[in-house]
Amino acid sequence: MNSVLTHIQPSSTHSRLEEQDEFEHTDSAAWGSMAGFGNLSRTGGIAGMSVPRVANPTAFLDMHTDNMSSNPEAKIKIAHGTTTLAFKFQGGVIVAVDSRATAGSYVASGTVKKVIEINKFLLGTMAGGAADCQYWETYLGMQCRLHELRNKERISVAAASKILSNIVYQYKGMGLSMGTMVCGWDKTGPQIFYVDDDGQRLKGNLFSVGSGSTFAYGVLDQGYRWDLTDEEAQELGRRSIIAAGHRDAYSGNTCNLYHVKENGWDFIGNYDVNELWYEYEAKKKADRETATAATAPSPMAVEP
Amino acid sequence: MELNGGSVVAMIGKECVAIASDLRLGNQAVGVASNFDKVFPVNDKLYYGLPGLATDVYTLKEHLRFRVNMYRMKEEREITPKTFTHLVSSTLYEKRFGPFFIEPVVAGLPTPTELEPHPKPFISTMDTIGCITTPKDFAVAGTAADKLYGVAEGLWEPDLEPEDLFETISQTLLNAVDRDALSGWGAVVHIITQDKVITRTLRARMD
Repeated sequence: MNSVLTHIQPSSTHSRLEEQDEFEHTDSAAWGSMAGFGNLSRTGGIAGMSVPRVANPTAFLDMHTDNMSSNPEAKIKIAHGTTTLAFKFQGGVIVAVDSRATAGSYVASGTVKKVIEINKFLLGTMAGGAADCQYWETYLGMQCRLHELRNKERISVAAASKILSNIVYQYKGMGLSMGTMVCGWDKTGPQIFYVDDDGQRLKGNLFSVGSGSTFAYGVLDQGYRWDLTDEEAQELGRRSIIAAGHRDAYSGNTCNLYHVKENGWDFIGNYDVNELWYEYEAKKKADRETATAATAPSPMAVEP
Repeated sequence: MELNGGSVVAMIGKECVAIASDLRLGNQAVGVASNFDKVFPVNDKLYYGLPGLATDVYTLKEHLRFRVNMYRMKEEREITPKTFTHLVSSTLYEKRFGPFFIEPVVAGLPTPTELEPHPKPFISTMDTIGCITTPKDFAVAGTAADKLYGVAEGLWEPDLEPEDLFETISQTLLNAVDRDALSGWGAVVHIITQDKVITRTLRARMD
C-alpha cells in the first residue's frame, strides 16, 4: 500500500502508537516529491537529485543550457546578470545587491531578493542561476541548523561556506551556475567567503560578483577603508550598487542593503536605483557649482 | 541590433504623428552614452528613426541626407513621407547581400495640396533590407520592439489629439524600455502637427 491519503487520514482503528510506527517505516518519498531533500535523513547525502539519463550528463547539460560561456544559443535560458557586493570593515559586514533578473535582454523582474537570509547570523548573496542559489542556500540553512543541534554551537562562516562549496563541487560541470558570498558573524568575528559554481572558495575582506561587479569594484575600491563608520560603509555599499545599476544593462531597479553586526544581521533598506541616481547627479552638479564659485578667478589687477 | 541596443516607436494621431526613441548607446552590457539620438528630421513635417547598429545609423543618416538633398534640387519641392519611405527602402535593398543592420521607422505629415486638402498622417517601417510595412496605428523597431508591441497594443487608440498622443507614445516607450536591458537611458519624443513640431526629452529610468 502506497497511498498518501491513508497517512493523512489515519483510520480510527489505529492507535496513536501504531501511527508513529508506521511513519517511521515509511520512506519519506511516499509523500511524493521531497525536492531532493527527501531521503537526506537516511543517507546524509543528496541522493534525491536526478541527473539526465544519458551516457555523459555533463556534456548533455552543456549542450542544452546556456551556462555562461559554452553555448549561448541553447534553448534553455537561465536567468543571470547581477551586481552583488560584500565587504568587511571595522563595524561588521556590509552586503548590498541589486534586484534585476534578466532572461536574455528581457527584464524578467525588478524585485528579486538576491540576499538569502540563511539564519540570524548568516547571509548568502545570489548571482548566476537564481534557482541554484535559492535552493542550495536554503539547503545550507538546513545544514547549519542541524550543525547547531548536533554541536550545541552556532556554525562558523568558514564551515557553512565549506558545506556549500563541497556541494557545488559534487555537481561540477553539470551546469550549476552560482557566484555567491556567504557572509556572517561567528566567534572569530565578521567573515566573508566567496563560493562559486566551479567549487572555488575564497576568504576575503571585499568581494563583488556579477556582470556589474567591475563597476561596483570601481566605486568600492575608491572609497574603501577598514575604519569606515557604519553610516559611511552603508553609503559606500549603496553607492557602488547604484553605479553598477546605472552602467550595467543587466543590473538595476532597486538596491537591497544589509549590515551584519555582532548580534546578527540588520536589513537597512530597499532603495530605487533610478531615484538615487538622479539624487547623486543633482548633488554632483551642486558640488561642481559651489566648487567653481569658490575658485572663480578674481579679476586680475590691471595696470593703470 | 544587440550590439548597441536602442528602440524607436511611431504613432498616428488625429492630424498629427509622433515618433520617439530612447537615447542609449551601449557596447553590449555596458552603457556608453545617454545622448545618442536615433531620430532625425528630413524637414519640419517628416522625421525618421534608425535603431540598430550605431555605425550604420550615421552612415545611413548621411547617405539619406545626400539623397534627399539631390531629390530637393532635381524636383524643387520637399519629399513626401511615402516617397521618402521608398527612397529608404531602395537604399536598404542596394545592400541586399550585406545589409545595414538597421530597421528604420518613418513618421510624417504630407503637406496639403489642392487634390488632397486633408492628407492622412503617415508612418512606416522596414526590415534591414527594405521590406516596407505601413501600419494604420503604430510602428515599432529596435531591441525593445516586442515589448513596445505589447504596450502600444494596450495603450493606443484612434484619433488622439497631439497632447494625448504625446502621453500615449511617452508611456508606451518608457514602460517598454524599462523591460528591455539594452534600451533606455533617456528618451526623446517628437510630435509633428501641421503647424509645428514639439520635441520633448523625457526623464527616464537610468538603470
